[in-house]
Amino acid sequence: MAIEAAPMFDTDELVINMGPQHPSTHGVLRVVLRLDGERVVDADVVIGYIHRGIEKLTENRDWTQIILLTDRIDYVAAATNNLGYCETVEKLMQVEVPRRARYIRTVLAELQRIASHCLWLGTHAMDIGAMTVFLYAFRERELILDLFEEYCGARLTYNSMRIGGLLLDIPSGWDHRVRAFCDVMDEKIPEYEELLTNNRIWLERTRGIGVISGVDATALGLSGPPLRGSGVYRDVRKDEPYAAYDEFEFHVPLGTNGDTYDRYLIRLEEFRQSLRIIRQALDGLPEGPVMGKVPRLIKPPAGETYHAIESPKGELGYFIVSDGRATNPYRLRVRPPSFCNLQGLRPLIIGHMVADVVALIGTIDVVLGEVDR
Amino acid sequence: MVETLVIPLLKIAVLLNAVLVSVTFMTLLERKIIAWAQSRLGPMRVGPYGVLQAVADPIKLILKEDITPAKADKWMFTLAPILSLVPALVVFSVIPFGAEELFYITDINVGLLFIISVTSIGVYGIILAGWASNSKYPLLASLRASAQLISYEIVVTMTLVSVILTAGTLSMVGIVEAQQEAGLWFGFVQPVAFVLVLIGGLAETNRNPFDMPEAEQELTGGFHTEYSGMRFALFFLAEYANMIVISAVVTVLFWGGWLRPFPSVDALALLDLIPGWIWFFAKMFVFLYLFIWIRATLPRYRYDQLMRLGWKVLIPIAIANVVVTGVAKVLL
Repeated sequence: MAIEAAPMFDTDELVINMGPQHPSTHGVLRVVLRLDGERVVDADVVIGYIHRGIEKLTENRDWTQIILLTDRIDYVAAATNNLGYCETVEKLMQVEVPRRARYIRTVLAELQRIASHCLWLGTHAMDIGAMTVFLYAFRERELILDLFEEYCGARLTYNSMRIGGLLLDIPSGWDHRVRAFCDVMDEKIPEYEELLTNNRIWLERTRGIGVISGVDATALGLSGPPLRGSGVYRDVRKDEPYAAYDEFEFHVPLGTNGDTYDRYLIRLEEFRQSLRIIRQALDGLPEGPVMGKVPRLIKPPAGETYHAIESPKGELGYFIVSDGRATNPYRLRVRPPSFCNLQGLRPLIIGHMVADVVALIGTIDVVLGEVDR
Repeated sequence: MVETLVIPLLKIAVLLNAVLVSVTFMTLLERKIIAWAQSRLGPMRVGPYGVLQAVADPIKLILKEDITPAKADKWMFTLAPILSLVPALVVFSVIPFGAEELFYITDINVGLLFIISVTSIGVYGIILAGWASNSKYPLLASLRASAQLISYEIVVTMTLVSVILTAGTLSMVGIVEAQQEAGLWFGFVQPVAFVLVLIGGLAETNRNPFDMPEAEQELTGGFHTEYSGMRFALFFLAEYANMIVISAVVTVLFWGGWLRPFPSVDALALLDLIPGWIWFFAKMFVFLYLFIWIRATLPRYRYDQLMRLGWKVLIPIAIANVVVTGVAKVLL
């Protein structure tokens, strides 16, 4: 005798839109979630809500004006974007950048990394419900913005670097204030750690969440902390040193489990390594000019080149084609780390709960301005 | 006539106003305390040190447009906030703020049972709000809420059984008097129960780290996403009123209500100069402060982890605590 299955209620998958206007999607990311109860069955990541056509715009700007546009790509790490672009053009033109300029660029890039990680830490912790860390991290970020303001007058979009070097030398006493900031930061990192690192709830919310293997991470083209969290040793600063990174000692933290907690630990360690780099750069800051010998009218020779740097979010690359005749690029293409890392979001969130989705969006640290450009 | 009608009504009016006013100031207190924890100032604009913020907020909420979504179930949508606020206020009728009859509205012999059952009704408010909004995020939130509140209700109720066993009465006044006779606050006799009720209380009032139903970062505000204006304010009032209720209940059950510290030690008799209701409010304030402090410190649990904590950890402990209390009661 066959036993008939008892009639059940219909169960439907629930489709919800997380974003583009949602408090935790860090801008205008839209994630369409198919839910079975609270578990994510499938997800569709939709981008493009703040596409501004920056790459196309560059084709109608001259080489120096483009620096201003790069500010707006990853607007929480403008200095890094400036650096990536300027170095690419310098590579195309084969311009020698003075050593002092390379040192100051390194300091700026590392300050920017700390500022960007502060923003990440604050919002990531906030997504998981720890609201105090958010304000603590922003308090320190504010100090960095003050330093940038003193250096170049701007707090968010710096436009501070030039092809061939820097527009400005550092103001007098600025290096002392950067050192003072480093000391402050040394004291504050344990504050974040005290609130999170050994917190049971934080551990339960991040350990084993969003695990991705090193092979998968590489296949997806992840870079930066999401890749290193899975134990893959890849840091452009070490592999293909740019600016002055080959002259400093620092180590690249690696994770073992590839989960959200590892990525968190890595970024915290990167705070310390960045401080270490900044201190070394200030100690050995050479004298000399900050601007190399660059023609008044910048006109790189015909050709194409790709150059990548390690932005706070991963590998930031610029691919530039110059036809050698015009004062603007023939084509400029950005390899944005946020965009590539966002590829990892869908595999990460499938199978997790709704609450983890926000944690995972946070852990890959995307800036939507950089994703869409 | 005066004895049976006028005086109780007067007391109710005073208490109701006191609760509602203190709730509005609770929001200010919360913002201030969290601000201090986060090294900022908090509200500073309205009045000196922002104290009038507590007045400005309700005015703003009253003046705001009260929107009912077109697809919402209108009656349920209106009923839900009322259902969550009223029970929170009704509970105050049995809470003794002092020893004299002046300080409580009534002392019924099943006071604790009354509190447990009335606060349970509040859950309906949240469930109905999520359901009636006819919107996905509130629905998810209300599903979470129903599961969470029911599980943690079991924890709290189970735990309260051990307190009842210790006190031998269900009357709120009786429980405090039992502590006076024992010369010891029950918090020292039943520390496990105290911790359980505190955790369960946090969960039942949807406070961090158990604020799943309104998890702002995930569910964009949760069950009150679709609410605005005064109806939204009612949910807010209910949440804070519930916080005060939990603090008051914990004070009565575990920290001697209106009793001074160490009620049996005569050397401290000087402390009797301070009236009982001040002791009561001081103790209550400590717990309110604790709730806010926890919110400023901890991240949020995930929904399934919360349920695991409730069913696999807290409920077994609560049951074990009842058994141990019962055995001890029989043996001693």
